[in-house]
Amino acid sequence: MHDPQAVQALLNSMARNLEKYLKEKDIQDFEFVGIKTGGVWVAKSIQKQLNSDKSLGELDISFYRDDFTQIGLNPKVTPSNLPFETEGKHIILFDDVLMSGRTVRAAMNELFDYGRPASITLAVLVDIGMPELPITPQIVGANLSLQKGKRIKLSGPENLHLRILDAEL
Amino acid sequence: MNMSQDREKNNPLQLTRTGQLKHFLTVSGLSKELLTEILDTADSLIEVGERNIKKVPLLRGKTVVNLFFEASTRTRSTFELAAKRLSADVLNLNINTSATSKGESLSDMLRNLEAMASDMFVVRHSQSGASHFIAESVTPGVAIINAGDGWHAHPTQAMLDMLTIRQNKGKFEGLKVAIIGDILHSRVARSQIRALNTLGVKEVRVIAPNTLLPIHVESLGVTVFNDIEEGLKGTDVVIMLRLQKERMNGALLPSEQEYYQLYGLTKKRLSLANKDAIVMHPGPINRGVEIESEVADCPQSVILDQVTNGIAIRMAVMSMAMSGQTEEKNALIERSKEGNII
Repeated sequence: MHDPQAVQALLNSMARNLEKYLKEKDIQDFEFVGIKTGGVWVAKSIQKQLNSDKSLGELDISFYRDDFTQIGLNPKVTPSNLPFETEGKHIILFDDVLMSGRTVRAAMNELFDYGRPASITLAVLVDIGMPELPITPQIVGANLSLQKGKRIKLSGPENLHLRILDAEL
Repeated sequence: MNMSQDREKNNPLQLTRTGQLKHFLTVSGLSKELLTEILDTADSLIEVGERNIKKVPLLRGKTVVNLFFEASTRTRSTFELAAKRLSADVLNLNINTSATSKGESLSDMLRNLEAMASDMFVVRHSQSGASHFIAESVTPGVAIINAGDGWHAHPTQAMLDMLTIRQNKGKFEGLKVAIIGDILHSRVARSQIRALNTLGVKEVRVIAPNTLLPIHVESLGVTVFNDIEEGLKGTDVVIMLRLQKERMNGALLPSEQEYYQLYGLTKKRLSLANKDAIVMHPGPINRGVEIESEVADCPQSVILDQVTNGIAIRMAVMSMAMSGQTEEKNALIERSKEGNII
Protein backbone atom coordinates (compact mmCIF):
# COMPACT_ATOMS: atom_id res chain seq x y z
CA MET A 1 0.00 0.00 0.00
CA HIS A 2 2.85 2.33 0.79
CA ASP A 3 4.37 2.21 -2.60
CA PRO A 4 2.99 4.04 -5.61
CA GLN A 5 2.98 0.92 -7.79
CA ALA A 6 0.43 -0.79 -5.58
CA VAL A 7 -1.85 2.24 -5.83
CA GLN A 8 -1.33 2.36 -9.57
CA ALA A 9 -2.48 -1.27 -9.80
CA LEU A 10 -5.66 -0.38 -7.90
CA LEU A 11 -6.28 2.57 -10.20
CA ASN A 12 -5.80 0.31 -13.24
CA SER A 13 -8.35 -2.15 -12.00
CA MET A 14 -10.78 0.68 -11.15
CA ALA A 15 -10.44 2.04 -14.69
CA ARG A 16 -11.18 -1.38 -16.20
CA ASN A 17 -14.14 -1.95 -13.90
CA LEU A 18 -15.53 1.48 -14.60
CA GLU A 19 -15.28 0.93 -18.34
CA LYS A 20 -17.11 -2.35 -17.98
CA TYR A 21 -19.71 -0.79 -15.71
CA LEU A 22 -20.44 2.08 -18.10
CA LYS A 23 -20.84 -0.38 -20.95
CA GLU A 24 -23.15 -2.68 -18.99
CA LYS A 25 -25.36 0.20 -17.88
CA ASP A 26 -25.16 1.76 -21.32
CA ILE A 27 -24.07 5.09 -19.86
CA GLN A 28 -22.67 7.42 -22.51
CA ASP A 29 -23.45 10.94 -21.40
CA PHE A 30 -21.34 11.06 -18.24
CA GLU A 31 -19.13 13.54 -16.39
CA PHE A 32 -16.37 12.97 -13.84
CA VAL A 33 -16.47 14.73 -10.48
CA GLY A 34 -13.73 14.38 -7.85
CA ILE A 35 -14.07 15.24 -4.17
CA LYS A 36 -11.14 17.45 -3.13
CA THR A 37 -8.40 16.70 -2.79
CA GLY A 38 -7.76 12.94 -2.95
CA GLY A 39 -10.83 12.21 -5.05
CA VAL A 40 -9.65 14.69 -7.69
CA TRP A 41 -6.30 12.87 -7.95
CA VAL A 42 -8.06 9.53 -8.35
CA ALA A 43 -10.43 10.95 -10.98
CA LYS A 44 -7.56 12.51 -12.94
CA SER A 45 -5.59 9.30 -12.97
CA ILE A 46 -8.54 7.23 -14.18
CA GLN A 47 -9.45 9.81 -16.76
CA LYS A 48 -5.94 9.52 -18.13
CA GLN A 49 -6.22 5.76 -18.43
CA LEU A 50 -9.54 6.04 -20.23
CA ASN A 51 -7.98 8.58 -22.62
CA SER A 52 -10.65 11.09 -21.75
CA ASP A 53 -9.91 14.78 -22.20
CA LYS A 54 -13.18 15.96 -20.66
CA SER A 55 -12.95 18.72 -18.08
CA LEU A 56 -13.16 17.40 -14.57
CA GLY A 57 -15.55 18.67 -11.89
CA GLU A 58 -14.08 19.40 -8.47
CA LEU A 59 -16.09 19.58 -5.26
CA ASP A 60 -14.95 21.10 -1.97
CA ILE A 61 -17.59 19.88 0.43
CA SER A 62 -16.51 22.09 3.38
CA PHE A 63 -19.74 24.13 3.19
CA TYR A 64 -21.84 20.94 3.36
CA ARG A 65 -20.21 19.04 6.19
CA ASP A 66 -22.62 17.72 8.81
CA ASP A 67 -20.15 18.43 11.63
CA PHE A 68 -19.95 22.21 11.06
CA THR A 69 -21.77 22.83 14.32
CA GLN A 70 -19.23 20.64 16.13
CA ILE A 71 -15.93 21.51 14.49
CA GLY A 72 -16.57 24.75 12.62
CA LEU A 73 -15.45 25.89 9.21
CA ASN A 74 -12.43 24.47 7.42
CA PRO A 75 -10.10 27.46 7.09
CA LYS A 76 -8.60 26.08 3.89
CA VAL A 77 -11.79 25.83 1.89
CA THR A 78 -11.37 26.28 -1.87
CA PRO A 79 -14.06 26.89 -4.52
CA SER A 80 -15.97 24.03 -6.07
CA ASN A 81 -15.85 24.03 -9.83
CA LEU A 82 -18.24 22.13 -12.10
CA PRO A 83 -17.40 23.25 -15.63
CA PHE A 84 -20.45 21.51 -17.17
CA GLU A 85 -24.21 21.22 -16.74
CA THR A 86 -25.11 18.41 -14.34
CA GLU A 87 -28.82 18.43 -15.18
CA GLY A 88 -29.72 15.07 -16.70
CA LYS A 89 -26.08 13.87 -16.76
CA HIS A 90 -24.69 10.63 -15.37
CA ILE A 91 -22.17 11.68 -12.72
CA ILE A 92 -19.23 9.47 -11.78
CA LEU A 93 -18.24 10.66 -8.30
CA PHE A 94 -14.69 9.88 -7.12
CA ASP A 95 -13.20 9.84 -3.66
CA ASP A 96 -10.00 8.38 -2.30
CA VAL A 97 -11.23 6.72 0.89
CA LEU A 98 -14.79 5.70 1.80
CA MET A 99 -15.24 5.37 5.52
CA SER A 100 -18.47 6.53 7.17
CA GLY A 101 -20.09 7.77 3.96
CA ARG A 102 -20.64 11.26 5.37
CA THR A 103 -18.36 12.97 2.87
CA VAL A 104 -20.23 11.31 0.02
CA ARG A 105 -23.55 12.43 1.52
CA ALA A 106 -22.26 16.02 1.63
CA ALA A 107 -20.99 15.76 -1.94
CA MET A 108 -24.35 14.47 -3.17
CA ASN A 109 -26.13 17.35 -1.45
CA GLU A 110 -23.81 19.79 -3.13
CA LEU A 111 -24.25 18.12 -6.53
CA PHE A 112 -28.00 18.48 -6.29
CA ASP A 113 -27.61 22.23 -5.72
CA TYR A 114 -26.21 22.43 -9.25
CA GLY A 115 -29.03 20.49 -10.88
CA ARG A 116 -30.68 17.07 -11.03
CA PRO A 117 -28.30 14.44 -12.38
CA ALA A 118 -29.67 11.35 -14.16
CA SER A 119 -27.60 9.14 -11.87
CA ILE A 120 -24.61 9.18 -9.57
CA THR A 121 -22.06 6.35 -9.56
CA LEU A 122 -19.61 6.21 -6.68
CA ALA A 123 -16.02 5.16 -7.34
CA VAL A 124 -13.50 4.95 -4.47
CA LEU A 125 -9.90 3.86 -4.29
CA VAL A 126 -10.28 2.26 -0.87
CA ASP A 127 -13.40 1.17 0.98
CA ILE A 128 -12.80 0.87 4.73
CA GLY A 129 -16.25 -0.55 5.26
CA MET A 130 -17.38 1.35 8.34
CA PRO A 131 -20.63 2.75 6.95
CA GLU A 132 -22.71 5.06 9.11
CA LEU A 133 -25.04 5.82 6.21
CA PRO A 134 -26.61 3.58 3.56
CA ILE A 135 -23.96 4.41 0.94
CA THR A 136 -22.23 1.73 -1.14
CA PRO A 137 -19.68 2.31 -3.89
CA GLN A 138 -20.15 0.76 -7.34
CA ILE A 139 -16.47 0.84 -8.25
CA VAL A 140 -13.86 -0.05 -5.60
CA GLY A 141 -10.06 -0.27 -5.89
CA ALA A 142 -9.61 -2.27 -2.68
CA ASN A 143 -11.52 -3.24 0.44
CA LEU A 144 -9.46 -2.77 3.59
CA SER A 145 -10.12 -2.96 7.27
CA LEU A 146 -8.44 -0.63 9.73
CA GLN A 147 -7.50 -1.03 13.35
CA LYS A 148 -9.49 1.10 15.74
CA GLY A 149 -8.06 4.61 16.11
CA LYS A 150 -6.36 4.56 12.73
CA ARG A 151 -7.22 6.21 9.48
CA ILE A 152 -5.91 6.04 5.95
CA LYS A 153 -4.82 8.92 3.77
CA LEU A 154 -3.92 9.25 0.12
CA SER A 155 -0.82 11.35 -0.58
CA GLY A 156 -0.23 13.05 -3.91
CA PRO A 157 -0.69 14.62 -6.38
CA GLU A 158 2.28 12.78 -7.97
CA ASN A 159 3.18 9.17 -7.10
CA LEU A 160 -0.08 8.52 -5.30
CA HIS A 161 0.43 6.36 -2.24
CA LEU A 162 -1.55 5.45 0.86
CA ARG A 163 -0.50 6.08 4.44
CA ILE A 164 -1.97 4.81 7.66
CA LEU A 165 -2.15 7.45 10.39
CA ASP A 166 -3.54 7.85 13.89
CA ALA A 167 -7.14 9.08 13.70
CA GLU A 168 -6.45 12.12 15.86
CA LEU A 169 -3.80 13.55 13.55
CA MET B 1 -3.68 56.66 20.54
CA ASN B 2 -7.05 57.25 22.14
CA MET B 3 -8.75 54.98 24.61
CA SER B 4 -10.98 53.08 22.26
CA GLN B 5 -8.05 52.24 19.97
CA ASP B 6 -6.12 51.14 22.99
CA ARG B 7 -8.95 48.88 24.07
CA GLU B 8 -9.15 47.32 20.61
CA LYS B 9 -5.46 46.50 20.59
CA ASN B 10 -5.26 44.94 24.00
CA ASN B 11 -8.58 43.19 24.24
CA PRO B 12 -9.22 40.80 21.40
CA LEU B 13 -12.95 40.83 22.09
CA GLN B 14 -13.60 39.58 18.59
CA LEU B 15 -11.22 36.62 18.72
CA THR B 16 -11.38 33.16 20.31
CA ARG B 17 -8.60 31.82 22.48
CA THR B 18 -7.02 30.23 19.42
CA GLY B 19 -7.19 33.48 17.44
CA GLN B 20 -10.22 32.70 15.29
CA LEU B 21 -12.94 35.26 14.60
CA LYS B 22 -15.97 35.03 16.90
CA HIS B 23 -17.34 38.55 16.34
CA PHE B 24 -16.44 40.89 13.52
CA LEU B 25 -16.27 44.41 14.94
CA THR B 26 -13.27 46.05 13.32
CA VAL B 27 -10.32 45.23 11.09
CA SER B 28 -7.85 46.84 13.45
CA GLY B 29 -5.93 44.36 15.53
CA LEU B 30 -6.54 41.56 13.01
CA SER B 31 -3.49 39.93 11.45
CA LYS B 32 -2.68 39.82 7.77
CA GLU B 33 -3.22 36.05 7.91
CA LEU B 34 -6.74 36.39 9.31
CA LEU B 35 -7.70 39.08 6.78
CA THR B 36 -6.36 36.84 4.02
CA GLU B 37 -8.38 33.93 5.39
CA ILE B 38 -11.53 36.07 5.18
CA LEU B 39 -10.71 36.95 1.56
CA ASP B 40 -9.98 33.30 0.67
CA THR B 41 -13.21 32.06 2.24
CA ALA B 42 -15.16 34.77 0.40
CA ASP B 43 -13.47 33.77 -2.85
CA SER B 44 -14.85 30.25 -2.43
CA LEU B 45 -18.31 31.58 -1.63
CA ILE B 46 -18.52 33.76 -4.76
CA GLU B 47 -19.10 30.59 -6.73
CA VAL B 48 -22.23 29.84 -4.68
CA GLY B 49 -23.82 33.04 -6.01
CA GLU B 50 -23.36 31.79 -9.57
CA ARG B 51 -25.23 28.50 -9.09
CA ASN B 52 -28.80 27.58 -9.91
CA ILE B 53 -29.49 26.99 -6.26
CA LYS B 54 -27.68 29.80 -4.46
CA LYS B 55 -27.54 28.20 -1.05
CA VAL B 56 -25.16 26.27 1.18
CA PRO B 57 -26.25 24.79 4.51
CA LEU B 58 -23.56 26.34 6.76
CA LEU B 59 -25.95 28.34 8.96
CA ARG B 60 -28.95 26.07 8.59
CA GLY B 61 -31.22 26.43 11.59
CA LYS B 62 -29.43 29.57 12.85
CA THR B 63 -31.29 32.82 13.40
CA VAL B 64 -29.66 36.03 12.23
CA VAL B 65 -31.11 39.36 13.38
CA ASN B 66 -30.35 42.47 11.33
CA LEU B 67 -30.42 45.27 13.90
CA PHE B 68 -30.37 48.50 11.95
CA PHE B 69 -30.54 51.65 14.05
CA GLU B 70 -29.62 53.69 10.98
CA ALA B 71 -30.98 53.70 7.46
CA SER B 72 -29.32 51.43 4.91
CA THR B 73 -30.42 49.70 1.75
CA ARG B 74 -27.37 48.10 0.22
CA THR B 75 -25.69 46.91 3.39
CA ARG B 76 -28.88 45.59 4.95
CA SER B 77 -30.04 43.78 1.83
CA THR B 78 -26.63 42.21 1.13
CA PHE B 79 -26.43 41.05 4.76
CA GLU B 80 -29.90 39.59 4.42
CA LEU B 81 -29.03 37.81 1.17
CA ALA B 82 -25.75 36.57 2.63
CA ALA B 83 -27.52 35.05 5.64
CA LYS B 84 -30.18 33.49 3.42
CA ARG B 85 -27.58 31.99 1.09
CA LEU B 86 -26.05 30.38 4.16
CA SER B 87 -29.53 28.92 4.90
CA ALA B 88 -30.08 30.99 8.07
CA ASP B 89 -33.43 32.44 9.09
CA VAL B 90 -33.33 36.22 9.01
CA LEU B 91 -35.18 38.81 11.01
CA ASN B 92 -34.92 42.46 9.93
CA LEU B 93 -35.45 45.12 12.55
CA ASN B 94 -35.44 48.81 11.75
CA ILE B 95 -35.18 50.24 15.20
CA ASN B 96 -36.02 53.85 14.33
CA THR B 97 -39.58 52.77 13.89
CA SER B 98 -39.67 50.09 16.54
CA ALA B 99 -39.28 49.40 20.24
CA THR B 100 -36.91 52.23 21.22
CA SER B 101 -39.65 54.66 20.26
CA LYS B 102 -41.74 52.96 22.95
CA GLY B 103 -39.01 53.63 25.49
CA GLU B 104 -37.37 50.19 25.73
CA SER B 105 -33.65 50.31 26.52
CA LEU B 106 -31.10 48.73 24.18
CA SER B 107 -30.11 46.10 26.76
CA ASP B 108 -33.71 45.09 27.35
CA MET B 109 -34.32 44.79 23.66
CA LEU B 110 -31.22 42.61 23.24
CA ARG B 111 -32.27 40.31 26.12
CA ASN B 112 -35.62 39.89 24.38
CA LEU B 113 -34.01 39.01 21.09
CA GLU B 114 -31.70 36.55 22.83
CA ALA B 115 -34.77 34.97 24.40
CA MET B 116 -35.94 34.28 20.86
CA ALA B 117 -32.81 32.11 20.49
CA SER B 118 -31.00 34.39 18.06
CA ASP B 119 -27.51 33.26 17.07
CA MET B 120 -26.16 36.40 15.47
CA PHE B 121 -26.79 40.14 15.53
CA VAL B 122 -25.77 42.28 12.58
CA VAL B 123 -25.61 45.78 14.02
CA ARG B 124 -25.60 49.19 12.40
CA HIS B 125 -25.67 52.20 14.68
CA SER B 126 -24.92 55.92 14.42
CA GLN B 127 -22.85 55.80 17.64
CA SER B 128 -19.20 54.77 17.36
CA GLY B 129 -18.55 51.68 19.46
CA ALA B 130 -22.15 50.45 19.53
CA SER B 131 -21.37 46.95 18.29
CA HIS B 132 -18.42 46.77 20.71
CA PHE B 133 -20.77 47.58 23.54
CA ILE B 134 -23.23 44.92 22.42
CA ALA B 135 -20.47 42.31 21.98
CA GLU B 136 -19.30 42.94 25.53
CA SER B 137 -22.70 42.29 27.05
CA VAL B 138 -24.18 39.66 24.78
CA THR B 139 -24.88 36.08 25.92
CA PRO B 140 -22.02 33.68 25.09
CA GLY B 141 -22.62 31.89 21.82
CA VAL B 142 -24.15 34.88 20.05
CA ALA B 143 -21.96 36.46 17.34
CA ILE B 144 -21.96 40.21 16.64
CA ILE B 145 -21.15 41.59 13.19
CA ASN B 146 -20.52 45.32 12.85
CA ALA B 147 -22.41 46.70 9.85
CA GLY B 148 -21.16 50.24 10.49
CA ASP B 149 -20.88 52.22 13.72
CA GLY B 150 -20.79 56.01 13.66
CA TRP B 151 -17.55 57.39 12.23
CA HIS B 152 -15.61 54.46 13.63
CA ALA B 153 -15.64 51.35 11.45
CA HIS B 154 -17.40 49.50 8.65
CA PRO B 155 -15.27 46.38 8.47
CA THR B 156 -17.32 44.31 6.00
CA GLN B 157 -17.30 47.21 3.53
CA ALA B 158 -13.51 47.49 3.87
CA MET B 159 -13.08 43.74 3.34
CA LEU B 160 -15.31 43.64 0.25
CA ASP B 161 -13.17 46.47 -1.13
CA MET B 162 -10.04 44.44 -0.38
CA LEU B 163 -11.58 41.46 -2.20
CA THR B 164 -12.36 43.68 -5.20
CA ILE B 165 -8.80 45.03 -5.24
CA ARG B 166 -7.31 41.54 -5.00
CA GLN B 167 -9.55 40.27 -7.82
CA ASN B 168 -8.42 43.07 -10.11
CA LYS B 169 -4.81 43.48 -9.09
CA GLY B 170 -3.92 40.00 -7.88
CA LYS B 171 -1.96 41.27 -4.88
CA PHE B 172 -1.55 44.16 -2.47
CA GLU B 173 2.23 44.53 -2.50
CA GLY B 174 3.41 47.54 -4.45
CA LEU B 175 -0.04 49.11 -4.90
CA LYS B 176 -0.69 52.83 -4.52
CA VAL B 177 -4.23 53.50 -3.35
CA ALA B 178 -5.95 56.90 -3.21
CA ILE B 179 -9.02 57.54 -1.07
CA ILE B 180 -10.77 60.73 -2.11
CA GLY B 181 -13.42 62.78 -0.35
CA ASP B 182 -15.05 63.02 3.03
CA ILE B 183 -12.54 61.12 5.15
CA LEU B 184 -13.65 62.92 8.32
CA HIS B 185 -17.11 61.37 8.49
CA SER B 186 -16.16 58.10 6.84
CA ARG B 187 -16.07 54.89 8.85
CA VAL B 188 -15.47 53.17 5.51
CA ALA B 189 -12.22 55.12 4.99
CA ARG B 190 -10.97 54.33 8.49
CA SER B 191 -11.53 50.61 8.01
CA GLN B 192 -10.06 50.69 4.50
CA ILE B 193 -6.88 52.43 5.64
CA ARG B 194 -6.33 49.85 8.39
CA ALA B 195 -7.00 46.90 6.08
CA LEU B 196 -4.81 48.27 3.26
CA ASN B 197 -1.89 48.86 5.59
CA THR B 198 -2.25 45.44 7.23
CA LEU B 199 -2.36 43.73 3.84
CA GLY B 200 0.82 45.55 2.84
CA VAL B 201 0.08 48.05 0.06
CA LYS B 202 2.91 50.41 -0.85
CA GLU B 203 1.12 53.65 -0.14
CA VAL B 204 -2.29 54.88 0.99
CA ARG B 205 -3.08 58.46 0.01
CA VAL B 206 -5.99 60.50 1.26
CA ILE B 207 -7.15 63.36 -0.93
CA ALA B 208 -9.50 65.94 0.60
CA PRO B 209 -9.80 69.52 1.78
CA ASN B 210 -8.51 69.98 5.32
CA THR B 211 -12.07 70.53 6.59
CA LEU B 212 -12.92 66.93 5.61
CA LEU B 213 -9.84 65.33 7.16
CA PRO B 214 -9.60 64.13 10.77
CA ILE B 215 -6.83 65.81 12.74
CA HIS B 216 -3.60 63.78 12.85
CA VAL B 217 -4.85 61.68 9.95
CA GLU B 218 -1.20 60.91 9.07
CA SER B 219 -0.98 58.79 12.21
CA LEU B 220 -3.22 56.21 10.47
CA GLY B 221 -0.38 55.61 8.00
CA VAL B 222 -1.43 57.75 5.04
CA THR B 223 0.01 60.48 2.86
CA VAL B 224 -2.17 63.60 2.68
CA PHE B 225 -2.92 65.52 -0.51
CA ASN B 226 -5.14 68.59 -0.78
CA ASP B 227 -4.73 68.68 -4.55
CA ILE B 228 -6.58 65.87 -6.34
CA GLU B 229 -4.49 66.06 -9.51
CA GLU B 230 -1.26 65.81 -7.58
CA GLY B 231 -2.61 62.93 -5.48
CA LEU B 232 -3.95 60.84 -8.37
CA LYS B 233 -0.64 60.59 -10.21
CA GLY B 234 0.59 57.03 -10.48
CA THR B 235 -2.17 55.40 -8.40
CA ASP B 236 -3.46 51.87 -9.06
CA VAL B 237 -6.71 52.08 -7.12
CA VAL B 238 -8.97 55.14 -6.78
CA ILE B 239 -11.57 54.95 -4.03
CA MET B 240 -14.23 57.67 -4.02
CA LEU B 241 -16.27 58.43 -0.93
CA ARG B 242 -19.76 59.83 -0.77
CA LEU B 243 -20.25 63.30 0.68
CA GLN B 244 -22.04 62.43 3.90
CA LYS B 245 -24.38 65.39 3.94
CA GLU B 246 -26.45 63.86 6.72
CA ARG B 247 -23.43 63.91 9.05
CA MET B 248 -22.27 67.43 8.26
CA ASN B 249 -23.22 69.86 10.96
CA GLY B 250 -20.96 72.81 10.25
CA ALA B 251 -20.00 74.85 7.22
CA LEU B 252 -17.41 72.38 5.98
CA LEU B 253 -17.99 73.01 2.30
CA PRO B 254 -18.74 76.18 0.35
CA SER B 255 -21.12 74.32 -1.99
CA GLU B 256 -21.56 71.01 -3.80
CA GLN B 257 -20.68 72.68 -7.09
CA GLU B 258 -17.40 73.98 -5.74
CA TYR B 259 -16.61 70.59 -4.23
CA TYR B 260 -17.13 68.95 -7.61
CA GLN B 261 -14.90 71.59 -9.22
CA LEU B 262 -12.09 70.82 -6.80
CA TYR B 263 -12.51 67.14 -5.87
CA GLY B 264 -14.94 65.52 -8.32
CA LEU B 265 -13.46 62.53 -10.16
CA THR B 266 -13.70 63.39 -13.85
CA LYS B 267 -12.50 61.42 -16.85
CA LYS B 268 -9.70 63.94 -17.32
CA ARG B 269 -8.49 63.63 -13.74
CA LEU B 270 -8.72 59.84 -13.80
CA SER B 271 -6.29 59.84 -16.74
CA LEU B 272 -3.60 61.02 -14.29
CA ALA B 273 -3.79 57.68 -12.47
CA ASN B 274 -2.18 54.56 -13.94
CA LYS B 275 -3.80 53.35 -17.16
CA ASP B 276 -5.17 50.19 -15.56
CA ALA B 277 -6.29 51.90 -12.35
CA ILE B 278 -9.67 50.79 -11.00
CA VAL B 279 -12.34 53.13 -9.64
CA MET B 280 -14.29 52.14 -6.54
CA HIS B 281 -17.12 53.69 -4.54
CA PRO B 282 -18.95 52.22 -1.54
CA GLY B 283 -22.25 53.66 -2.76
CA PRO B 284 -24.69 55.23 -2.92
CA ILE B 285 -23.03 57.37 -5.57
CA ASN B 286 -23.93 61.01 -6.10
CA ARG B 287 -23.38 61.54 -9.81
CA GLY B 288 -22.05 65.02 -10.49
CA VAL B 289 -21.20 65.63 -6.81
CA GLU B 290 -18.15 63.44 -6.16
CA ILE B 291 -17.95 61.47 -9.39
CA GLU B 292 -18.64 62.24 -13.05
CA SER B 293 -21.44 60.08 -14.40
CA GLU B 294 -19.26 58.83 -17.25
CA VAL B 295 -16.55 57.70 -14.82
CA ALA B 296 -19.04 55.71 -12.72
CA ASP B 297 -20.03 53.73 -15.82
CA CYS B 298 -16.61 53.41 -17.49
CA PRO B 299 -14.79 50.06 -17.86
CA GLN B 300 -12.36 51.01 -15.10
CA SER B 301 -15.27 51.28 -12.64
CA VAL B 302 -15.73 48.19 -10.47
CA ILE B 303 -18.53 49.68 -8.38
CA LEU B 304 -21.02 46.91 -9.16
CA ASP B 305 -18.43 44.17 -8.56
CA GLN B 306 -18.11 45.63 -5.08
CA VAL B 307 -21.80 44.94 -4.46
CA THR B 308 -21.52 41.31 -5.62
CA ASN B 309 -18.40 40.83 -3.53
CA GLY B 310 -20.23 42.31 -0.56
CA ILE B 311 -22.50 39.27 -0.37
CA ALA B 312 -19.55 36.83 -0.46
CA ILE B 313 -17.59 38.76 2.20
CA ARG B 314 -20.61 38.88 4.48
CA MET B 315 -21.20 35.16 4.01
CA ALA B 316 -17.54 34.56 4.87
CA VAL B 317 -17.43 36.58 8.10
CA MET B 318 -20.82 35.25 9.23
CA SER B 319 -19.70 31.63 8.82
CA MET B 320 -16.32 32.29 10.36
CA ALA B 321 -17.81 34.07 13.39
CA MET B 322 -20.38 31.30 13.88
CA SER B 323 -17.57 28.78 13.61
CA GLY B 324 -15.59 30.70 16.27
CA GLN B 325 -18.61 30.76 18.58
CA THR B 326 -18.90 26.99 18.16
CA GLU B 327 -15.24 26.60 19.10
CA GLU B 328 -15.77 28.73 22.22
CA LYS B 329 -18.84 26.77 23.21
CA ASN B 330 -17.00 23.46 22.85
CA ALA B 331 -14.08 24.79 24.89
CA LEU B 332 -16.51 25.87 27.59
CA ILE B 333 -18.08 22.40 27.68
CA GLU B 334 -14.61 20.83 27.90
CA ARG B 335 -13.67 23.08 30.81
CA SER B 336 -16.93 22.44 32.65
CA LYS B 337 -16.33 18.67 32.24
CA GLU B 338 -13.04 19.14 34.01
CA GLY B 339 -14.96 20.87 36.74
CA ASN B 340 -13.38 24.28 36.49
CA ILE B 341 -16.09 26.61 35.27
CA ILE B 342 -15.04 30.22 35.48
